[in-house]
Amino acid sequence: MNMIQAINSALDVMMARDPDVIVMGEDVGYFGGVFRATAGLQKKYGKTRVFDTPITECGIVGVAVGMGAYGLRPVPEIQFADYIYPALDQLVSEAARLRYRSAGEFIAPMTIRSPYGGGIFGGQTHSQSPEGIFTHVSGVKTVIPATPYDAKGLLIAAIEDNDPTIFFEPKRIYNGPFNGHWDRPAENWSKHPGGEVPEGYYKVPLGKANLVRAGEALTILCYGTMVHVCLKVVEEAGVDAEILDLRTLVPLDIEAIEESVKKTGRCMIVHEATRTSGFGAELSALVQERCFYHLEAPIERVTGFDTPYPHSLEWAYFPGPVRIGQALKKILKD
Amino acid sequence: MASEHPRANLKPLSLHVPEPKFRPGDTVDFGEVDVPPAGSIRRPDTADKAQTFTDLAYTMIRVLDEDNRAVGPWDPKLSPDAMRRMLRNMALVRAFDERMFRAQRQGKTSFYMKSLGEEAVSIGAAAALADDDMCFPSYRQQGILISRGCPLVDMMNQIYSNTGDKLQGKQLPIMYSERRFSFFSISGNLTTQYPQAVGWAMASASRGDTRIASTWCGEGSTAEGDFHSALTFATVYRAPVIFNVVNNQWAISSFSGFAGAEATTFAARAIGYGIAGLRVDGNDALAVYAAMSWAAERARTNQGPTLIEHFTYRAEGHSTSDDPTQYRSAGEPTAWPLGDPVTRLKDHLIAIGEWDEERHVAQDKELAEMVRDAQKEAEKNGILGHGLHQPLDSLFDGVFEEMPWHLREQQQQMLSEEEASGRPWARK
Repeated sequence: MNMIQAINSALDVMMARDPDVIVMGEDVGYFGGVFRATAGLQKKYGKTRVFDTPITECGIVGVAVGMGAYGLRPVPEIQFADYIYPALDQLVSEAARLRYRSAGEFIAPMTIRSPYGGGIFGGQTHSQSPEGIFTHVSGVKTVIPATPYDAKGLLIAAIEDNDPTIFFEPKRIYNGPFNGHWDRPAENWSKHPGGEVPEGYYKVPLGKANLVRAGEALTILCYGTMVHVCLKVVEEAGVDAEILDLRTLVPLDIEAIEESVKKTGRCMIVHEATRTSGFGAELSALVQERCFYHLEAPIERVTGFDTPYPHSLEWAYFPGPVRIGQALKKILKD
Repeated sequence: MASEHPRANLKPLSLHVPEPKFRPGDTVDFGEVDVPPAGSIRRPDTADKAQTFTDLAYTMIRVLDEDNRAVGPWDPKLSPDAMRRMLRNMALVRAFDERMFRAQRQGKTSFYMKSLGEEAVSIGAAAALADDDMCFPSYRQQGILISRGCPLVDMMNQIYSNTGDKLQGKQLPIMYSERRFSFFSISGNLTTQYPQAVGWAMASASRGDTRIASTWCGEGSTAEGDFHSALTFATVYRAPVIFNVVNNQWAISSFSGFAGAEATTFAARAIGYGIAGLRVDGNDALAVYAAMSWAAERARTNQGPTLIEHFTYRAEGHSTSDDPTQYRSAGEPTAWPLGDPVTRLKDHLIAIGEWDEERHVAQDKELAEMVRDAQKEAEKNGILGHGLHQPLDSLFDGVFEEMPWHLREQQQQMLSEEEASGRPWARK
């Protein structure tokens, strides 16, 4: 399966298992979603469980909070992560705090799916990576898969979880494991082990990182599209890097991170999102606090620049092979 | 250069900034408030199409007339017992407010908000709804809880953030959450409850339930974007929900003109969405009850949502942190043309021979004692600032269902810091 099919399969599996699961969002119903992630679900489960919504993100999330209060388990879609901001009040002030402020009387067991990330010439409003905004909010979980297998397993885990979860889908790797070489032919998931996805129910637990490459020279912390870019760069540079796909940013797999950095003594953090106050800053601080005496070089961050996501200059902006390659040289020399 | 401008002969534009009629020191004359005679407004069928409600959105449904009679097609013809119950509940809300306002002034809690003058809005509504219809209130509908029989001590425990506070001292006073009384957790963020009520109603409908949802906001909060998205969702899915706009004329210091009241009514907002809109005399408990019953029947018969504007007056300051003499005339509350909701229902019951002044005085005394007793009981559990009422480490409970490692670490760190500091909080 590609990642779209895996997500579709996760929704299908959960809707079949649990009548409380409902799917809604802009164009998700009859049409099946602008990325086809919900294709066929309305036909199979009916219009009261899979339906199109008005174009109002604050409405979509606010309504989902109310459905959660009733006892449903909504899986709303925000068409692009770049358009999640109108829903921020409902997410930050309501969904994230409902359990806390009501001392558990009401909960918001929702999973907000949203395509995110760049590398697709999406320009300023179809490329953003706003995960750092959500990891800063107490009460929400943030999940970002890097393979179809993980996408399905993590999405099922998120839907079953009783806490509100932001599920960001790296749209650059919906169809294949993009390795950063935008000028070479695209790969697809059929030749990648992460594309082998079971038909039925399974879970990938939240809060557990995935060791995608074991190594001794340094630790690379990354997630989403960057997992594949990092793998390729390391392979091409012939560096024995250990690569951790974090998969869940909150809650974070701190044990896996500590174990790896203490072993390698070097840590590089790679994400597409802008640098300042990005999630990389949190990772860097945690590694510094917990692995200080094991560090042999300053922690490196390779991230998007602190600019809005540009259109024509995409490949200068994207933290691809050139930029990661330079950072690798620097951190190994230090 | 200016003379060469092609539009130089046009008069300059001017910006209109609304201004209330009366400011501190002004003599108040509410003569311009259009108050139609009680009983003069038609009562449509609950299945009528929303676009036929234009007249109802621009007038005011009133039942109690100047002679304290209940008149016209909206008279709900309630039994004297039912009306006495409403009267008692309104008086109880008032007594509760009075006591808790004073408790704040005495430093027993940090904050309180009264609903003085607006008691009919919550009591009339709660009487018309079924007890398991879900309410998504704003912060000024304490009457719903009281009407549904929530123990006063429980409400006070929350206000005092004491050992009896089941919200564990986590919420600002009056931000109640009472699932057992179908009363949704109150949020400080305005109007967020509007789309949530719609979502609950949609869930109820999709499940083939028979319960409906109802939500409240003030007229000031109708300016929030959530108001628009909620009404859009409600009309699209014909959600069984009742939207209440409590137009008490004031949003803290901003008069209703800053929410658009100079140009239209709030009930009229419904029409453009295809939602039934009613505008009622919010100080007339029977009118509020009648409009809510009508809207509840409309929702319960799958005819869709209704928006009710309750035209009333916020007789007190916005909260204990507010001083209304700084921005409005002190004469406004007494000059308000729709009078006082408690007095009006009381006078009606007296007029029909089902109540008298002596019983009313006795009831007020009884309610004041009841509230005082509840307060004594609640204060046994502590008042704000006098000791720590919740276990220190409960601060971390309920962020997530299960506490992740970073919260466990922070919890442990806090406990060790407290212990090391020798502060009295190292406890229990």
